[in-house]
Amino acid sequence: MQADHPDHDPSTVPDHDGGTPSPSTRPTSNVRLHGAVIRFAGDSGDGMQLTGGRFTSESAVVGNDLSTLPDFPAEIRAPAGTLAGVSSFQVHFSDQDIHTPGDEPDVLVAMNPAALAKHLGAVASGGTLIINADAFTRRNLGKAGYDTNPLEDDSLHDFRVHEVPITDLTLRALADDVSEGLLNKKEAERAKNMFALGLVSWMFSRPIEPTVEWLETKFANAPAIANANVRVLHAGHAYGETTEAFVYTYEVPAAPLRAGRYRQITGNQALAYGLVAASVQSGLDIFYGSYPITPASDILHELSRLKHFGVRTFQAEDEIAAIGSALGASFGGHLAVTGTSGPGVALKGEALGLALATELPLVLINVQRGGPSTGLPTKTEQSDLLQAMFGRNGEAPLPVLAAQSPSDAFYAAFEAARIALVHRTPVILLSDGFLATSSEPWLLPDPSTLPDIDVAFTTEPNTPEGFVPLLRDPETLARPWALPGTPGLAHRIGGLEKDARTGNISYDADNHQAMTELRHDKVKAVAASLPPLEVDDPDATDDGPGADLLVIGWGSTYGPIRGGVDQARERGHRVARVHLRHLNPFPRDLGEILHRYDHVLLPENNTGQLRMLLRAEYLVDVVGHNRVTGQPLRAAEVAGAIDDLLGPRDPVADQRTDPQEVPA
Amino acid sequence: MSADAAPTELPQHPETFSKKDFTSDQEVRWCPGCGDYAILATLQKLLADLGRNPSETVFVSGIGCSSRFPYYMDTYGIHSIHGRAPAIATGLASARPDLDVWVITGDGDALSIGGNHLIHALRRNVDITILLFNNEIYGLTKGQYSPTSPMGSIHKSTPMGSIDRPLSPVSLALGAEATFVARTVDTDRKHLTEVLTAAHAHRGASLVEIYQNCVVFNDDFYHEIMDRDTKVINQIPLVIGEPITFGPDGEKAVVADDDGSLRIVPTAEAGDRIVVHDPSRTEPTTAFALSRLSHNPTGPTPLGIFRQVERPVYDDLINAQVEEAVASRGRGSLEELLSAGSTWDVA
Repeated sequence: MQADHPDHDPSTVPDHDGGTPSPSTRPTSNVRLHGAVIRFAGDSGDGMQLTGGRFTSESAVVGNDLSTLPDFPAEIRAPAGTLAGVSSFQVHFSDQDIHTPGDEPDVLVAMNPAALAKHLGAVASGGTLIINADAFTRRNLGKAGYDTNPLEDDSLHDFRVHEVPITDLTLRALADDVSEGLLNKKEAERAKNMFALGLVSWMFSRPIEPTVEWLETKFANAPAIANANVRVLHAGHAYGETTEAFVYTYEVPAAPLRAGRYRQITGNQALAYGLVAASVQSGLDIFYGSYPITPASDILHELSRLKHFGVRTFQAEDEIAAIGSALGASFGGHLAVTGTSGPGVALKGEALGLALATELPLVLINVQRGGPSTGLPTKTEQSDLLQAMFGRNGEAPLPVLAAQSPSDAFYAAFEAARIALVHRTPVILLSDGFLATSSEPWLLPDPSTLPDIDVAFTTEPNTPEGFVPLLRDPETLARPWALPGTPGLAHRIGGLEKDARTGNISYDADNHQAMTELRHDKVKAVAASLPPLEVDDPDATDDGPGADLLVIGWGSTYGPIRGGVDQARERGHRVARVHLRHLNPFPRDLGEILHRYDHVLLPENNTGQLRMLLRAEYLVDVVGHNRVTGQPLRAAEVAGAIDDLLGPRDPVADQRTDPQEVPA
Repeated sequence: MSADAAPTELPQHPETFSKKDFTSDQEVRWCPGCGDYAILATLQKLLADLGRNPSETVFVSGIGCSSRFPYYMDTYGIHSIHGRAPAIATGLASARPDLDVWVITGDGDALSIGGNHLIHALRRNVDITILLFNNEIYGLTKGQYSPTSPMGSIHKSTPMGSIDRPLSPVSLALGAEATFVARTVDTDRKHLTEVLTAAHAHRGASLVEIYQNCVVFNDDFYHEIMDRDTKVINQIPLVIGEPITFGPDGEKAVVADDDGSLRIVPTAEAGDRIVVHDPSRTEPTTAFALSRLSHNPTGPTPLGIFRQVERPVYDDLINAQVEEAVASRGRGSLEELLSAGSTWDVA
């Protein structure tokens, strides 16, 4: 938690400058904070994702900037009470512009011993633990690997511990419902997540009315359940207000976000909306062929509800049919998209090769997860970059780009569709498990400001002798796109090598050389349509760079890198930052930018894949910071990597702090 | 393509096209004597005779000798990758129900590497016509046994004989509840034309198994049903509405057994038990039993239409949902989509 006066420990200083009187029935001190990180953790069946999601929505209403990190097991219901079954949801909310879900939770809500055991190590020293004491039975302690009860053995002395009999209080709140037969005991107990939500909402001065409305809508057909949940939510809130245990409540004021209308959005949602935007701006209906796979399936779910945009979703028999059907639809003139994760991309490789050999527009979305093989289905990783670049037989280059934040996925999807349609090529768009389920506030764009995507179908023969399917645009090297049904333009395409001029099958030696080079040149030609990179180097002048070190990144490390760079700058380091949307081709100014700096640091959620590409392409000694734990990088480790490269900084010699940024 | 722009009925054109209009300028490169030539010529003529428009016709193929077919048709075409033609055709037909979409495949392409896509295209009842050229051999890779080769077949990869039990494409298609399933032979132009005409007219997925001769690697594998002196013994013609009899003077008949299977008996002993051919039966059970009378064309083999039933067509269904959504919700507005649900304003 970042208090206005970081020196003040709210636990020892009861009176705070800037505090506002609490509306509670007793004199609880209200502490004004810049932000806080809360992690809700419990069993898979405890409803932690829902609890976290609701808390996030309440924080959005208050106007905070937000970032969330859901983390759940691959098993739908792992054995109850075990470490494997723990599900968690972390939310970082702030009165300032933030970029990550937070490195360390300030508050951990642990609904059972396994949740405590799994997550305690992440909590900042002195952090607050809210523990469902009722769940700390001998049996549950055993399942979590505890020999002794941590609530009794003093092992939590570094933390502020609130033992709350959440299960018991929930059942008591619903005793009448159970005795009247409106609910059974199991149903009543299931409402305990609302108790936790009510309590934490009170603690952080969040309004619970939006959740009440939400419950009443969600359970409109089951009023008994709705009533029970609402009652327990209020009970949790009242518990905070009336018990003496909680001395402080906290308030995080609205963040100074840019004016406009906001909503919360996850990466998967944003991808779906970005595709729809590209559909509207190109005038082509979407055909989305997909096979269910974690963590990409939500894109299929989202698009299947948008049929009134002309979206056709096709749940295929396998990954190959998913891309195959999309390719067929592309031939027919639709905006063709297939979404999957790494294992699915492995299966789609041959069809991707066909897409680029036939030069048909196609967007492949890879929501990356931990690999290899089935790997870590619900955990994040950036380890499919080289697969995207090279995971096909033959020399098979295609454009590759990446989304950097949940809301950015909207623009990334739009851009992927633009490149595919205008340049007549399959495009791989990389997202990942973190972006897929993480959410943040999104300043809604004005749809009228989105550019049109001009697909320019060919409708007339392009030579006096007739239609030549490979007569290219001199700028983009794109081939004409003539749809079946167009009179007089019948032509055949396929995976065999084609004569560069006529498009007929050709096994000619020089022709293959020319076509191979052309396929590379065609991808390189995309770079001409890319804007210059934006380098964040506050000390740069017309004479040159201001920083000693450039931190470069791609994809979802955007947030941790921004946070880490901000921390390093506060320590006095002169650090520049640039983040890549386009990974193939690289932007034209990238080489010059890399050569501008003495040091280049590249944090990645893999063992150095982009680093390998940059070193090969530009002969720059890029240094990596690499971690693959299935979790996003932390801002602090990025700052640590900067320290390692530049050495500890004398803060007096170069005092530059950036008040805009709260260290994340 | 917006949903409302795509007509579900094929448009009729005043202009007519000849066989030549369906013939591309590419040199045909199948082996001399290959059965594919006869099928190509038949189809080029048939499409012209049916008044089809080459610009509204698409041939999609996979990999194999037969899959070169699209290059020789002056229509739209995709020569795709091994086994995947039904999947690609499914996407194309779903996106563009106005097109006449054909799939050309072989026994290896459709039944080995592409078996999954075949059964799913059939059970979905996508409006495509699948021609499965069955020569019981891998020709393009020079002579390995295929999933339809009989057990014991001696080929390049089976010097001691194949130990794989062969698949019957007709049985497989019926098991997937295909709505149109037929079998014909490359060199019987009249029968081929009749069956292809019916397959093309069928709304939904049609599967036509065409016994096709590979002169180089499996020559005359079907001689029992095609040689002048044996064909009368071994061809079981399936004639709609007629009792199923065959052989000289109709001396053999197909009757139902107590266990639901069919069996061949002398007509004289059949009495009133002879099965009357009716491909429109709702359940594929009898058609399946019929398909079990032969595994390979080495004995009595039914030829003709096994099954022909009406069922909702996938292309119609997928587009109807789009039309229904547009009708009930109005064409989607991006602004409404983005600001749906809870939003908040920052001043």
